[in-house]
Amino acid sequence: MNRVKALIALEDGRTFPCTSFTGPGEASGEVVFNTSMSGYQEILTDPSYRGQMVTMTYPLIGNYGVNPEDEESDRIQVSAFLVKEYQEFPSNYRSTETLAGYLQKQGILGIENFDTRALTRHIRKAGAMRAVISTIDGNPDSLVEKARAIPGMAGQDLVKEVTTGKPYFWENGKRVWIDSGKPETGTNIWKSKGTRYSVVAFDFGIKYNILRCLEETGCEVLVVPATFSPDTIRSYQPDGIFLSNGPGDPEPLTDVIASVKSLIGCYPIFGICLGNQILGLALGGRTFKLKFGHRGGNQPVKNLKTGKVEITSQNHGFAVDTESMAGKNIELTHINLNDNTFEGFAHKEYPLFAVQYHPEASPGPHDAGYLFNDFREMMKKHRSV
Amino acid sequence: MPKRSDLKKILIIGAGPIIISQGCEFDYSGTQACKALREEGFDVVLVNSNPATIMTDPEMAEATYIEPITPQFVEKIIAKERPDALLPTLGGQTGLNTAVALARMGVLEKYNVEMIGASISSINKAEDRDLFRQAMHKINLRIPESGIATTMEEVRVIAEQIGFPIIVRPSFTLGGTGGGVAYNKEDLDLMAKAGLDASLITQVMLEESVLGWKEYELEVMRDHNDNVVIICSIENLDPMGIHTGDSITVAPIQTLTDREYQKMRDASIAIIREIGVDTGGSNVQFAVNPANGEMIVVEMNPRVSRSSALASKATGFPIAKIAAKLAVGYTLDEIANDITGETLAAFEPTLDYCVVKIPRWTFEKFPETEDYLTTSMKSVGETMAIGRTFKEALQKGIRSLETGRHGLGADGKDHTDRFESPPTESEIIKKLATPNSQRLFYLREAMLAGIPMETIYERTMIDPWFLHQIRQIVDLEKKISICGSGKNISDELLLQAKSYGFSDIQLSHLTGRSVEEIHGRRTSAGIRPVYKLVDTCASEFKASTPYYYSTYETECEARISDRKKVMILGGGPNRIGQGIEFDYCCVHASFALREEGVESIMVNSNPETVSTDYDTSDKLYFEPLTQEDVLHIIEKEKPDGVIVQFGGQTPLNLAVPLYKAGVPILGTQPESIDRAEDRELFQSMLKKLKLVQPANGTATNIQGAAAVAEKIGYPVIVRPSYVLGGRAMKIVYNRPELENFTRIAIDASPGHPVLIDKFLEEAVELDVDAISDGTTTIIGGIMEHIEAAGIHSGDSACILPPANVDQEILKEIAAATKAMAKELNVIGLMNVQYAIKGNQLYVIEVNPRASRTVPFVSKATGVPLAKLATKVMLGKSLQDLGLAKEVIPLHVSVKEAVLPFDRFPDVDTLLGPEMKSTGEVMGIDRDFGSAFAKAQLGARQNLPVQGTVFISVHNHDKKLVLTVAEQFYHLGFRIMATHGTSRFLEENNIENVKINKVSIGRPHVVDAITNGEIQLIINTGAGDEPRNDGYLIRRAALKYSIPYTTTIAGAMAICKGITAMKKMEMTVKTIQEYHH
Repeated sequence: MNRVKALIALEDGRTFPCTSFTGPGEASGEVVFNTSMSGYQEILTDPSYRGQMVTMTYPLIGNYGVNPEDEESDRIQVSAFLVKEYQEFPSNYRSTETLAGYLQKQGILGIENFDTRALTRHIRKAGAMRAVISTIDGNPDSLVEKARAIPGMAGQDLVKEVTTGKPYFWENGKRVWIDSGKPETGTNIWKSKGTRYSVVAFDFGIKYNILRCLEETGCEVLVVPATFSPDTIRSYQPDGIFLSNGPGDPEPLTDVIASVKSLIGCYPIFGICLGNQILGLALGGRTFKLKFGHRGGNQPVKNLKTGKVEITSQNHGFAVDTESMAGKNIELTHINLNDNTFEGFAHKEYPLFAVQYHPEASPGPHDAGYLFNDFREMMKKHRSV
Repeated sequence: MPKRSDLKKILIIGAGPIIISQGCEFDYSGTQACKALREEGFDVVLVNSNPATIMTDPEMAEATYIEPITPQFVEKIIAKERPDALLPTLGGQTGLNTAVALARMGVLEKYNVEMIGASISSINKAEDRDLFRQAMHKINLRIPESGIATTMEEVRVIAEQIGFPIIVRPSFTLGGTGGGVAYNKEDLDLMAKAGLDASLITQVMLEESVLGWKEYELEVMRDHNDNVVIICSIENLDPMGIHTGDSITVAPIQTLTDREYQKMRDASIAIIREIGVDTGGSNVQFAVNPANGEMIVVEMNPRVSRSSALASKATGFPIAKIAAKLAVGYTLDEIANDITGETLAAFEPTLDYCVVKIPRWTFEKFPETEDYLTTSMKSVGETMAIGRTFKEALQKGIRSLETGRHGLGADGKDHTDRFESPPTESEIIKKLATPNSQRLFYLREAMLAGIPMETIYERTMIDPWFLHQIRQIVDLEKKISICGSGKNISDELLLQAKSYGFSDIQLSHLTGRSVEEIHGRRTSAGIRPVYKLVDTCASEFKASTPYYYSTYETECEARISDRKKVMILGGGPNRIGQGIEFDYCCVHASFALREEGVESIMVNSNPETVSTDYDTSDKLYFEPLTQEDVLHIIEKEKPDGVIVQFGGQTPLNLAVPLYKAGVPILGTQPESIDRAEDRELFQSMLKKLKLVQPANGTATNIQGAAAVAEKIGYPVIVRPSYVLGGRAMKIVYNRPELENFTRIAIDASPGHPVLIDKFLEEAVELDVDAISDGTTTIIGGIMEHIEAAGIHSGDSACILPPANVDQEILKEIAAATKAMAKELNVIGLMNVQYAIKGNQLYVIEVNPRASRTVPFVSKATGVPLAKLATKVMLGKSLQDLGLAKEVIPLHVSVKEAVLPFDRFPDVDTLLGPEMKSTGEVMGIDRDFGSAFAKAQLGARQNLPVQGTVFISVHNHDKKLVLTVAEQFYHLGFRIMATHGTSRFLEENNIENVKINKVSIGRPHVVDAITNGEIQLIINTGAGDEPRNDGYLIRRAALKYSIPYTTTIAGAMAICKGITAMKKMEMTVKTIQEYHH
């Protein structure tokens, strides 16, 4: 294996000598940590990590290799992947490749052999921050300078980097492109109108497992680019609209927010993660950047309607400000038990609900899977009205 | 929902004596539960027959009953205390079974006691194999093909359908007693028969074999609002076919993708719901086919377990404590996470380290049993190690085991080092295929011998991920040894070795440098461990509880205070001879330090214990108890003193090296320890004090041994010096025996002399615990052994205060004890073993440290010896502490040992000078008979009040047995005896029935035992020939749970016990009442 000495430099000047297990390279981005003990392949391919370098707090990574089934998008999305000890001999019956091979093929830097807990603690105390990792430039000062030169997450539109260029249908667990190039308008676009729920899903960096869940719940899903025209959507007369997860700060996405605003009240809407934030903004609320975000598979969320606790999968650096949603005719439905932050809401008048966390899991617990059924029931109800 | 206000008083049933598969983890969980419930304002009523537990300390409950855990006794307690509720899920299988029995008997209904935590129906659903199978089918989970049989006929029919190999699992037993893997019809007949016998409901399940599949466990918790969380996931290194308790296990799971793990998580949640465990923790075990990921459910335990104790220590999440709070009405989101202080218990812990648990076996104690691991658990303890990598944790775990190994080989103890040639390839392969206690070392040998990884995998079915980890350790070992003399070893390689868990001793062997040189070389390069926190959350939140482990990383999180602080060294993994009793003392030391306002720092590696609970001490270091690891902590913490006298032999072995390193040892100094242990120094001390020890001598060959024996006179006790685990000790009566055994003893410890002591036949043995502050010595308690000298004190029943020793001798004992304490400058505890023969007092052994009997004495007298000793070590005088004189209670306390013979199918149950018991119980009452009867009942010896007593004794016991036989006759028992004994009894006018010895012909005594014609067995013998009559009788007694004794003294005591049982109804009384 191709091991090379490397250096991590944070914008605040702290550095960590480490090793690349994917050969030489240089990467930059916001460095964050994820506390999941499994599911690294799903994390790597989750578009919400665009622009970020992810540190796994669990120290042993690569144990079960990678396989073609556990991908959440068509490529690795993180800009670098940081672990304590890379495992070069995977063992799992589904494994087709080593993690190092997978990263290397896509040119993504894999880093190991440093105190990942020290880095995590640093981020916890000082907040998520910009960083550069390099095997080429060993000079801490110049790397720190580079880190400071990277644009911050706040104010950046990262969605445009990950959203699909053209619409596609999700069929039998695969993308099926619409050939014509220019999407047709009108309800003819659906193949199973009436037998399945027709759903238009905005792709802000959508995870495949959301599409799998929607399909399993009985939806026919058309995935459209983030900037897709709301008028065209209206021509489809969908049963529901889905707003996906995605990377970074929601605030700069002004066009998207405007499109969504125009659709509110017309169709049942379900939002996840960035989708939740966009809905919050569209309804006049505010969002803010969390100190170091929520990233992991053990986040407790209380469902305020049932009083029950769900263990959830999360990945977000920004959150909806609960106070800003006061007087917006919404009901707060979910809160995070760790820090009481905003985790989900439903509109009191319109058929609309959203959650900040990931009911599609992948990776993570399935406790919140019921939300997809809730979406179906909402569409069913709306259809009959 | 807040806690229930309709409950005031809650009964908790403990687990009773420590046995294989039910260790001190239930003291840990029970203690947590008591504390949690009292914190909430409930009155706790506790019953546990095990005095060596923290939970039976009088401060832990409102009413503490040290009484037998039988439905009959618990009913008496319920009638007296009238609790509102019974919490049955914290006392292991014993607690659960007793609760079920109470419910079935209608006792709970009669006294209106609500069962909380788990209902009878959910317990049945989880425990009854057939109901469990139906439940799993209902939620679409697969369990192995199987069938339930209650007769041998049914066994054969079901076996036809399943096909071999078949797993035999008896229902309602502990740890799979009587279970096993049957590869053919013959195996099946044997195992199914044993299984039916072992099952409390005469039921076995025959099961499709999933041998070689990967094994997993999840620890699940549920509250009454139906919130379910997974506390810990565990992967067994060993595949299916080896009992989980005998498997090396790792947390978290290593080789499942998230998709597979979530499927397992979903299944566990569905299972806890379907089984209907309302609140609390459960353990669910799964098997996964390595070839295709197929998952099946193996079993579910609706209670806290050994694994939940491990999971609590591995994650920092206190399962038992939370389970207790959930049982009284709280929900997970109403309970704080103590570790972070800012989050709630409603979450799933996440680890940023790797945890390895390794079982501790004691096959050397049972040489007749093959060192072979199966579905029936045989280990007696376990150790846990935490590292940032699996490799680090594994090597730390190996040295935590205290089996003389300092890591995965390369420590001077390998086969290759001990013998001329390494094991051959075929030997290694055979060992790989037959799992055994040394398997990690055989894996190393296999890799060194160049056996392909595929072959190793096929033979062991250990997942290749684990094999590769071990391979990396072996490869690094080779790399280091190639560096030759070690002069060339780079800092980088040294650091890598340390982060792979290599100890300085291993590095010394690999580089040919001394340990000191290695230590110096690496410290000058700045290679030192740092301490990281176990915080439940991978540092996502700040942790407030200082629970540490060492690792070779860059950032150290140890928070060093400037308070006065004392470090307590624990006892490491439980083993025969060093168990919960020592942990009890360590915990008391910690409590005493807290009372004195001194910071307490606990160091231990045993996950089952109260001492390793994160809130027992001010700081907890979960670390191996080796010189290197302990010195590292001392360097960091710089304690004002270290307590070494409470953790048994483990810390005592460290006393001298620590002392030499300049570490202040509190209390009795290492020179004194040495003086008591060194044979010659000890003899000269006795001489000086005009005390007598049995005649003795040493020899290096057979002729010399014979000469010594002739001089001091037979019988003699022969034992090798410097052996591990006090092995190979024997009483010999004549020259041929002596020659034979001396040969074995010389082999056991080549190059060291054999020790020969005069054996004092029929002497009365006494154990004395004393406490001294350097000027005053006070006797804590004098215990008279019930069995005559020759049986290890740990295996012997004893009584406090002594009943058959006259006052003059007792005075002499007190004087001798005080003189020795003074001479040895004892500050703290001391234990002396004496023997009395005729009117002569002999000193057998002196140990200037806490002994196994300290908790028993403390419970019997109400004097917290270990706590007082700690305060004495801090400089207080006994007078300051208010202990003015020996407390001699008016009641009688009896301690009885509990033996693990049911786990070792071929072992003779005769007792001897080598300790074999795993635990103890206490019986306490007004008179000896009642106290003894309670101790027997507590030890599951079901003393009969009528029926037949079978008597067969060794020739030299015949005279003595006469009184016993007479008394039983007068109690209305029928006497049955073998020819010789029968004739002798007849000659002495004792009516009896004659029965054949097994060797004479049928029907013989074993037939009579099998047919239930015998209710009590008195059988003494020398036990030399493993297949003689005595052996067969004793094994049959064990199999059919017929109480038996192998000594005349034991028989006399049983007689008194039965007399008491016949005379009156036995009553129950709390410890608080006894010491009022």
